[in-house]
Amino acid sequence: MTFQVVADYDRCKSHGECMRIVPEVFEVRDDGYMYILVEQIDDALRPRCEEAVDVCPTQALRIQD
Amino acid sequence: MPDQRALVVGAGLGGLRAAEGLRSAGFAGEVVVVGDEPWAPYNRPPLSKEALSEGIAHDRLVFPVRSGAADVVWRHGERAVAADLRARTVALDDGQVLDYDVLVAATGVSARRLRVPGPAPTAAAGRHVVRTLDDAISLREALVPGARVVVLGAGFIGCEVAATAVTLGCTVACVAIDPFPLVRPLGPVLAAELQRRHEQHGVVFHLGVGVDELQGDDHVTGVVLTDGTEIAADVVVEALGSRCNVAWLDENGLDLGDGVLTDPALRPLRRGEPLDGVAVVGDIARFPNLRFDDRAFRVEHWNIPTESGRRAGAVLAANLADAGYDDVVAAPWTPVPAFWSDQYDIRLQSFGMPGLADDDGIRVLEGDLTDQCIVGYHRGVDLLGVVALGMTRAVMGYRDRLGRSR
Repeated sequence: MTFQVVADYDRCKSHGECMRIVPEVFEVRDDGYMYILVEQIDDALRPRCEEAVDVCPTQALRIQD
Repeated sequence: MPDQRALVVGAGLGGLRAAEGLRSAGFAGEVVVVGDEPWAPYNRPPLSKEALSEGIAHDRLVFPVRSGAADVVWRHGERAVAADLRARTVALDDGQVLDYDVLVAATGVSARRLRVPGPAPTAAAGRHVVRTLDDAISLREALVPGARVVVLGAGFIGCEVAATAVTLGCTVACVAIDPFPLVRPLGPVLAAELQRRHEQHGVVFHLGVGVDELQGDDHVTGVVLTDGTEIAADVVVEALGSRCNVAWLDENGLDLGDGVLTDPALRPLRRGEPLDGVAVVGDIARFPNLRFDDRAFRVEHWNIPTESGRRAGAVLAANLADAGYDDVVAAPWTPVPAFWSDQYDIRLQSFGMPGLADDDGIRVLEGDLTDQCIVGYHRGVDLLGVVALGMTRAVMGYRDRLGRSR
């Protein structure tokens, strides 16, 4: 099973907290923007992605099944 | 035991994460969260930053609740006034008494008010604080272009409000007893640089002085400093730090000298012994973090309610389930404190415990102090904290290296 993480780029300020927790899914690049690297994410990464959602300082992320 | 009850006192971020933490650790009983504000848990940092400039809206700031915690019972607008930890009850301001099997104390802090002669400490009299959504709504209305704003205190809240007010077209003075703004959390090197940047934007600092008096009858008209200086004011913002909301825990033999003293499992200590069935979360938890020090500190940083809430949920759920409790309690818990501050176009991020650095242990590690940089805070050879201006990506690499070497 897979799921998606959706970013609200009006809110995202590229703090990079998500990248610290799940670097295989989130990347803040030198251009200052955060990129979601995987569209369909394996359920094995779900707990860490939930943590990334929790620690986003601007609440820019949400999980979509 | 499905008829067990976990009672969470405090409906901020820490209370939310504790409720979620209980559920994700397998607690199946009732979870009740009591909070004195009328609002569902919301994010506070924007209240002095972008929300203050763009307009305050609860629906933009509210935290989504994890699906596993959808059945948590929220009791907003109710204040806990007393606890009896022996009888396992908490009394509310309307006279109700709630019993519990496990208790989370997550009541946070309140803004400290100035105690000098002057108009009543209300927003209607032009005296503001920034802690709650309602505080920020009142302040936002007062920050009209041309308003003369005097910010008392030059910590993060004070400096963020000063920056926001300048951006909104106000005239801003900032008064503090310290020699530099932000000197206590950041040390003199970075503090002097940030003062320079604020002054470039037009903030006038009055440093090394206190306040003798607020002028005005029904509404503030000015501020008199201890050196005799008078500053005309339409708006006064009291950003003078915080008081811990722990009076409801009195009479239980806890150490409430500065928040609530706990062990590394966040259990409050009574005569040096941890008290099972209770956990302290967020700004009021004074806990030892062995990554940095043996001593216990309160840490009012943004990620601590989340980290400590999750930890409290795990400890309390294991206590009730009587399964692996000793292992959960003994598991190391050494979070790296983190917060950020936005002032003008400056993104400041802090990780670890910069305040523990030696006086001569503060050095620029990368970049240029007058532009983007990473500053390291050392105690002896140990790097205990980093603060970055910009350089978000580069500073990540330091986070997991922070702490003492032994």
